[in-house]
Amino acid sequence: MNRTIPPPIKDAVEFDIKLKPYEKFTLDNGIPVYVIKSEEQDTLQLELVFPAGSWYESESLEALATNFLMKNGTSKRTALEINEAIDYHGAYLNRNAYHENATFTLHCLTKHTEVLLPVLQDVILDPVFPEEELQLYKQNQKQKLAVNLQKCDFVANRFIDKYLFGEFHPYGRVSSMMAYDALQTETLRAFYQKHYTYNNCRIFVAGNMPANMLALLNQHFGSTRWNGETNLLRPELPVQPAEEKKFRIFNDENGVQGAIRIARPFPNRYHPDFPKMLVLNTILGGYFGSRLMSNIREEKGYTYGIYSQLYNFRQVSALNIQTEAGRDVCEATIEEVYNELRRLQNEPVPQEELDLVRNYMIGSILGDLDGAFQLIQRWKNLILNDLDESYFYNNIQTIKNITAEELQQLAKQYLTPGDFYELVVI
Amino acid sequence: MIHYNKFTLANGLRVVVHEDHTTPMAVLNVLYDVGARDENPEQTGFAHLFEHLMFGGSINIPEYDEPLQMAGGENNAYTTSDLTNYYIQLPAENIETAFWLESDRMLSLAFSEKSLDVQRKVVSEEFKEHYINKPYGDVWHKMRELAYTSHPYRWMTIGKELSHIENAQLEDVKAFFFKFYRPVNAILSVAGNVTTEQVKTLAEKWFGDIPSGEKYHRSLPVEPPQTAAHKLEVKANVPLDALYKCYHMHARSDKRYYAADLVSDILGGGSSSRLHQVLVKEKKLFSNIDCYHFGSLDAGLLTIEGKLVKGVKMKDAEKAIQIELEKLQAEVIADRELQKVKNRVESLLAFEDMSLLNRANNLAFYELLGDAGLMNKEFENYEVVTAEDIHREAKLLFDEKNANTIYYYAENQG
Repeated sequence: MNRTIPPPIKDAVEFDIKLKPYEKFTLDNGIPVYVIKSEEQDTLQLELVFPAGSWYESESLEALATNFLMKNGTSKRTALEINEAIDYHGAYLNRNAYHENATFTLHCLTKHTEVLLPVLQDVILDPVFPEEELQLYKQNQKQKLAVNLQKCDFVANRFIDKYLFGEFHPYGRVSSMMAYDALQTETLRAFYQKHYTYNNCRIFVAGNMPANMLALLNQHFGSTRWNGETNLLRPELPVQPAEEKKFRIFNDENGVQGAIRIARPFPNRYHPDFPKMLVLNTILGGYFGSRLMSNIREEKGYTYGIYSQLYNFRQVSALNIQTEAGRDVCEATIEEVYNELRRLQNEPVPQEELDLVRNYMIGSILGDLDGAFQLIQRWKNLILNDLDESYFYNNIQTIKNITAEELQQLAKQYLTPGDFYELVVI
Repeated sequence: MIHYNKFTLANGLRVVVHEDHTTPMAVLNVLYDVGARDENPEQTGFAHLFEHLMFGGSINIPEYDEPLQMAGGENNAYTTSDLTNYYIQLPAENIETAFWLESDRMLSLAFSEKSLDVQRKVVSEEFKEHYINKPYGDVWHKMRELAYTSHPYRWMTIGKELSHIENAQLEDVKAFFFKFYRPVNAILSVAGNVTTEQVKTLAEKWFGDIPSGEKYHRSLPVEPPQTAAHKLEVKANVPLDALYKCYHMHARSDKRYYAADLVSDILGGGSSSRLHQVLVKEKKLFSNIDCYHFGSLDAGLLTIEGKLVKGVKMKDAEKAIQIELEKLQAEVIADRELQKVKNRVESLLAFEDMSLLNRANNLAFYELLGDAGLMNKEFENYEVVTAEDIHREAKLLFDEKNANTIYYYAENQG
């Protein structure tokens, strides 16, 4: 046996990736329910999504605090009673507020679904925002923020978004002690009333459902026009990017590393260049074998890791390169990043590297579609962005067919070093 | 119930197979029975540094990652105090690529000076990123030295100090490899859209001719029972005072481990847990508090850690924790609370088993514990724990003589 010869492989382009379709139901009051069933395990995931992210808030942290405190007391149950009910059944009720949407996600064993749904109903339909819970939330979040503000990576993430979008835009606005202090239960209640309504709700279910799942959902979320009907306008909010491009910030004089961010705005996912950029981004810094990782970690040893990412924001995206590097090699790291950008502009990506990235990306999509929870995630991203499966298949086609010339063209258009914001936080 | 088959190759390599024909993917996992606890006290951090070197090319394959990515695969690895684990996930059609790559680096590494040179720097940056340049980042370094006098758990996986990593030599790397990275000290698990027959054939083909190596017989210094409380005060540039308390608990293989694990969940599992409810929500002494342990194979530490609300005195915060611990020592817990923590374990195990990668990791891990089949008996080990067991365990654990406490003070606070 000759160990220098790799075994034959099946190439990515040969994989016929299929996005398994969802089932769609409508509750009596019109709430859409998207379902991916799977009977292999005894677990269930149920997610309720509302357009209640920071895009819609008039004051900083309103969306986040509303979402967080909904679980901390209803007219029938205290926060402790809610937590007890969830914990007793080994379930998890997570809440999250993002830029666009806010979500409640219940994970539980299928057999406990029926007893947990009344609790979830209570949290969604009947939160009371107790004053004491808000005060405690403010105090503890401010303490957490104080700790985070000592971390160079946390600080760098805040600043780079501010440069890209402006500090008054929801994408660039950051938390602050003052913003926490300003929160009031009345404004949270008003935000809740307006955004968590039956006509703004969408439900995503995955996994092993009890046989009467739809009847249960109708009973708890589908039988009334809860919180009334509101018509939410999604205002267009212009970004206000910074004029300056280069920033150096000293956050901790004894810091032994610098958090580096090199970023530029990029069109959103509806732009034809977006799927192509996903491929170019992977080559640049999107996987372990990327140009940035190979050069700056594996060749120079300047960092434990360096990545580039494409933001998934709705209005406008950004390409962001990030790493923590040794304090004395920060400037050298930045220079190497620019060298890699220029190399992608000046030389076509070799065929072998392009084939490898195609295969890697297809393999990782195949892995990401494994299981009902992952599938519903994929569908949710499409549905919430008003897209359908053709978008998904189009991305696959781009990965399979994009040429080195197209990538070089893209690099020439978007990877000019001078167009990037450059930040180091020590 | 996770179905599996297992067999052993002539060279001593143990192989566990889990067939799942509902997925298009496969996972190949190699666990080596070596961790930071097996290191020379003068060369700590070596097991972890070594893990990095495993990606620097093997005897017949100059680049590890490239052919794997070409086959649509991803990989990673982790090192703990107890073990080192490598895993690959890729489309099942390409599983042989994983066998080829993993067997070649078990056969022999390339031992490149350049790779050692670069990875020393990379690990130094990892050390800085996680343990120096983060508020409270040094606390585990201090806690391990405070709590352990003899057992090698007294240093962290990343190493006791940066110089140990910076001084690593290629000769040490070679010796380490041929001592620990041998078929007889390894467990291979393969999960996903594969058949046992296919895995047998591939395992024989790729791993069968690797020299067996010598079985490593572990004989580590045993940590003597702690006879007096250990305390340490630290002042550092952090924004909040923090309190850390660690108590020696039983080894992973001891039946009493399960009672201690449930104790940690009673105190710190979920928002309704005792410490969170009483100390964060009712008494408002801590802005967050957790109770956990690492599931160490040798006797580990049950840990309580929390950040104090500004203005709260350390001794008041500690006293309040003490009251909760004394309650557990004084009163047998109610049936409902016991049922709650058991329900939480049942659910946790079910969610863990959903991921193919976890199933592959766990089969190898339980085989290391003695038998892959233990994975399916794990919930029973929790189910049989009684309220009296928990009571007995709490009394032992929270004996003040068994406590290690770090008072971590914010330097610039009045």
